[in-house]
Amino acid sequence: MQLTVGPTQFFWRGEAWRDFYARLADEAPVDRVVLGELVCSKRLPFYQTEIPQAVERLQAAGKQVVLTSLALITLKRERKLMADLADMGLEVEINDLTALAYLPKGTAFSVGPLINTYNEGTAAWMHKRGAARICLPPELPLASVRAITAASLAPVEVWGWGRLPLAISGRCYHARLHDRTKDNCQFICDADPDGREVETLDGQDFLAVNGVQTLSAACANAAYQVPALRDAGVSSLRLSPQSEGFAELCGDFRALLDGRITAGELSQRALPHAPGGTYCDGFLTGDTGAAWSQAGRESA
Amino acid sequence: MELVCPAGTPAALRSAVAAGAHTVYCGYADDTNARNFPGLNFSREEMEQAIAHAHAQGAKVLVAINTFPRAGDAAPWHAAIAHAAAAGADAVILADTGLLAHVAEHHPGLRRHLSVQAAAANPDAINFYAEAFGVKRVVLPRVLSVQEITAINREIDVETEVFVFGGLCVMAEGRCSLSSYATGLSPNMNGVCSPASHVSYDEEGGELAARLGGFTIHRSGRDEPAPYPTLCKGCFTSRERTGYVFEDPSSLDASQLIPQLSKAGVSALKIEGRQRSRAYVSQVVRAFRAATDALEAGRPIPPGTLSALTEGQSATTGAYAKTWR
Repeated sequence: MQLTVGPTQFFWRGEAWRDFYARLADEAPVDRVVLGELVCSKRLPFYQTEIPQAVERLQAAGKQVVLTSLALITLKRERKLMADLADMGLEVEINDLTALAYLPKGTAFSVGPLINTYNEGTAAWMHKRGAARICLPPELPLASVRAITAASLAPVEVWGWGRLPLAISGRCYHARLHDRTKDNCQFICDADPDGREVETLDGQDFLAVNGVQTLSAACANAAYQVPALRDAGVSSLRLSPQSEGFAELCGDFRALLDGRITAGELSQRALPHAPGGTYCDGFLTGDTGAAWSQAGRESA
Repeated sequence: MELVCPAGTPAALRSAVAAGAHTVYCGYADDTNARNFPGLNFSREEMEQAIAHAHAQGAKVLVAINTFPRAGDAAPWHAAIAHAAAAGADAVILADTGLLAHVAEHHPGLRRHLSVQAAAANPDAINFYAEAFGVKRVVLPRVLSVQEITAINREIDVETEVFVFGGLCVMAEGRCSLSSYATGLSPNMNGVCSPASHVSYDEEGGELAARLGGFTIHRSGRDEPAPYPTLCKGCFTSRERTGYVFEDPSSLDASQLIPQLSKAGVSALKIEGRQRSRAYVSQVVRAFRAATDALEAGRPIPPGTLSALTEGQSATTGAYAKTWR
């Protein structure tokens, strides 16, 4: 089973962005890295100039590099960005179908988790259109993962780690929490490198906002599901970046897949840096997405 | 301007048609449509009768088959489409890429509308759906301003339909799994959002706590109205701030924007609310039909009479007026 690092969902400015990808290139035993701006086009100018160097360094380290599209494309400027993306000479991961409009037929691309691939019919259509890999939406239960993987001609990837992307909006919640409009956000989402927590009125961790995106408060962790995912034929796990301890986390997942550590060991080691400090894996196996299969067990 | 009205039951469909709906949209009583609520929607036989009734009155029927087929089990969705085609539906409203491909291949004569659940928010995406699957009309996401809608219509050849009244999704439709995170059931997979089966109200210390899947979404005092705990319209705390993090409780009323939407090139106006009563549907349809008739006749749009029907008693023009964002 391979490891793919998804695009960071958060706003990290130039230096932090550069350091993250430099460490990833030098230290993380992963096969593929998807990078670029997923959530908000306004963030891109703050690290855009760092991208070519990061790509080069990652490739030199033997990793396949893929560029992500935005998750929600509305503005003319954003459409232009998608056209540019198609001309970069790297594989593109689409996370809004708009990006597909800019990829010449026959160009290989990958399908990201924010594309609604809910069934084998959609997977087959994507493969016919050129999809070389499909990362499924995190919402899908194991039974659906199994059915799609069994039928798909393109290799299938599943969300393995990180705060779950639950929703995307035309409105910016970071700006709203600071009584600003989206157009005058002053880039305030950079204050929360792993998202800003949202609790229920009972003080229960629930969600996290990240600009126009809403994430789970808990960190998804598919470590305990690896045997079932392997059995289903899933070919790679996606690890979503966090600001601290990420290269180590990649190493731990590699060790887990190689059978050198257990899911319990990984979960224990990774917890201090896991955004939100709690785990969930309920979309795959539980009654709700927020559920954690190990709740109440000692090893959790 | 075509008025597209909701019908959750055969009775609501007849009421909508009687109140002046040009077109009614409805779905089958299963998880193939995005309003899969208990006691709602149409059996096969009811759908046949409803289409015959509407056609006899000069109205059209659009059948919403706008959830995403379950992996390994597309048969119920394919059967729903085959039935809608055989029953003479004027179009089907679809969101899933695989299902669009299926209809284009197996029912090429059946008119295809793109559901708002597909969240096609720009001309490139819309043109893509038109070229790839022969989609004739797109229901636009509720994240766009009138200006943006105008610009979109300049770059596409297909018709656009926009929501003008009723519930207001805050998130990009069809791209939200908040509900399944809290309850296990989602719009995309199950056709429900914040389902009543997972709601509880508990009296605690003089307050009423409204919970969804055990998460407290709202607390109201003894004499305050207790809103339904729809997740994105809930009250939450983020550090020093407590309040409506995502959206104040309000619903969409864009009736006063109808002339602008018409000028923007919009073909059809959509009213949300297949879960609503016949009386509600009648009242809203009548008011909007008066508005579209006024528009055709070049008269001003009658002032709003629907404020009592909007959720939380307050209405917003949503993203259409850009200040909302």
